[in-house]
Amino acid sequence: MILPASTLTEDDVSATGAAAVSSVPISGSSPVARSRPGYTSLDVQLSGVGRSFGDHTVLRDVSLRVAPGEVLAILGSSGCGKSTLLRAVGGLDTGSTGEILIDGSAVQRYDERTAVGFQEPRLLPWRSIYKNVSLGLPRSLSKAEGRERVDELLELVGLKDRAALRPREISGGMAQRASLARALARRPGVLLLDEPFGALDALTRLKMQDLLLDVHAQTGTTVLLVTHDVDEALQLADRVLLLGKNAEDPTAAEGATIARLLDVPGSRPRDRASAELAALRGELFSGLGVDSHTR
Amino acid sequence: MTETLPAAPTTQPADAPARTPGRRRRRKLPGGGLLIGAVVPVLLLGLWWLVTEGTDTFSPVQLPAPQTVFSAGVGLFESGDLIDHMTVSLQRVLLGFAAGAGLGLALGSLLGLSSIADALLHPTVGAFRAVPSLAWVPLLLLWVGIDEDSKVILIAIGAFFPVFTAVHSALRHVDAQLVEAGRAFGFHGVRLLGTVQLPAVVPSVFSGLRLGLAQAWLFLVAAELLASSEGLGFLLDESRNNGRTDRLLLAIVLLALLGKLTDTLLGIVERKALKTWA
Repeated sequence: MILPASTLTEDDVSATGAAAVSSVPISGSSPVARSRPGYTSLDVQLSGVGRSFGDHTVLRDVSLRVAPGEVLAILGSSGCGKSTLLRAVGGLDTGSTGEILIDGSAVQRYDERTAVGFQEPRLLPWRSIYKNVSLGLPRSLSKAEGRERVDELLELVGLKDRAALRPREISGGMAQRASLARALARRPGVLLLDEPFGALDALTRLKMQDLLLDVHAQTGTTVLLVTHDVDEALQLADRVLLLGKNAEDPTAAEGATIARLLDVPGSRPRDRASAELAALRGELFSGLGVDSHTR
Repeated sequence: MTETLPAAPTTQPADAPARTPGRRRRRKLPGGGLLIGAVVPVLLLGLWWLVTEGTDTFSPVQLPAPQTVFSAGVGLFESGDLIDHMTVSLQRVLLGFAAGAGLGLALGSLLGLSSIADALLHPTVGAFRAVPSLAWVPLLLLWVGIDEDSKVILIAIGAFFPVFTAVHSALRHVDAQLVEAGRAFGFHGVRLLGTVQLPAVVPSVFSGLRLGLAQAWLFLVAAELLASSEGLGFLLDESRNNGRTDRLLLAIVLLALLGKLTDTLLGIVERKALKTWA
């Protein structure tokens, strides 16, 4: 079954701004998407990145370059250090070794060039959706500019009609969209998403994936997406980074590193059922130590 | 998909609301809560009247009739003593509560936010909290003397600890994920405090304040019973010495009314604050 974004409307937004969102034309998936005016996309360079907690090494020797505008999915079994890597890139965690450069300069603590979408929406329960999204605005913006940008983002994620509501009054999917809008408010050069759809039900997750593609088409920002969902990675990413122990060398040092780095073929939105993706899926599953039961 | 999904908003959203909007609503009571709440006091009053008028179970010194208490109140009111006692007591409570709660808020915030201050000061504050507050009375009398200050200080001590404890533990337990999100979006220091931490603790702060206010009234009576020449606690003690049970009961009723009134006023502020912050 092919479900292009334009035919999908999320049930809980069908009456609000979904039409506006899904009518956005989806751009091709050239690895370097052209960003819209006002938006930037920056490259991320990792060299020998590692992270240990006490004696326990979680990550080691991660080196790779993420091109501006690229969508990189970071896949791995739970506890393998996916989130740790993402947090290091965002400057949320400063204990890592090695070098992380964004646009050629080292990552700062809570780096302003990045924005994070967490697995939980993490909205302030006492603020309206509108005010929660405004939280992400850069401080340099004037009030009028800020208002304009928040309106634009709420339109983009289809929450315009819910702007006045509190987080507890909206669904989990809507809260996650508000969280995404908040992350976009500073127009990050690198958008870091830490299993943003992991807590959502399967159907809502598919819709959110399409929304993310829309957002990426509009903003062109570089996206690092942590996920445990192989299909999500194949649907969204230009490349999939599989983190894990070195499969060829079981005696290798402790800690996850780059087990595989795969290019995902085809332009987005991709046919969820294509044979090419099925082959990659099988490869990723085996990399994750899961039997994909191919006959 | 052969069936088209109905577009009506009655369909269950794919992802149903995480929590039901609003709070659990109670069934509307006829005449509102005020009338229902008055039922038991009126019954008690009736019982009191029946026991004193209809039977000889109690002598008037043991339990005077309600109308005797009322006329005692009128008598004291006309002499001006009643208003004096009430204003003095109220003033002591408010001053002591303001000082104690203010200090509790300040110290609770400091220790709740700064790990260094917490490590440095919390054992000490905890030790002081372990002292039953009335144990300070002899020392206060010795150091400050039997005057207004020692009473206000005692009340402040009583109000301080509930407020301190509430603010401190609430700040220690602010959702770390929200704080991290705040930091990730460029908030730190005072701005983070005002945006995430303080709003998050507003409900706990108010429960602490209400407990502190109740403690303030408790310590007022303690202070006035021990040494004073005016105030409702003094009225209690003096009435006992003179065998004026009617005035004694009057003082108790007035303490109940004043305590309830101040708590209600604080409750109104709390409701307003919770509307904005919770």
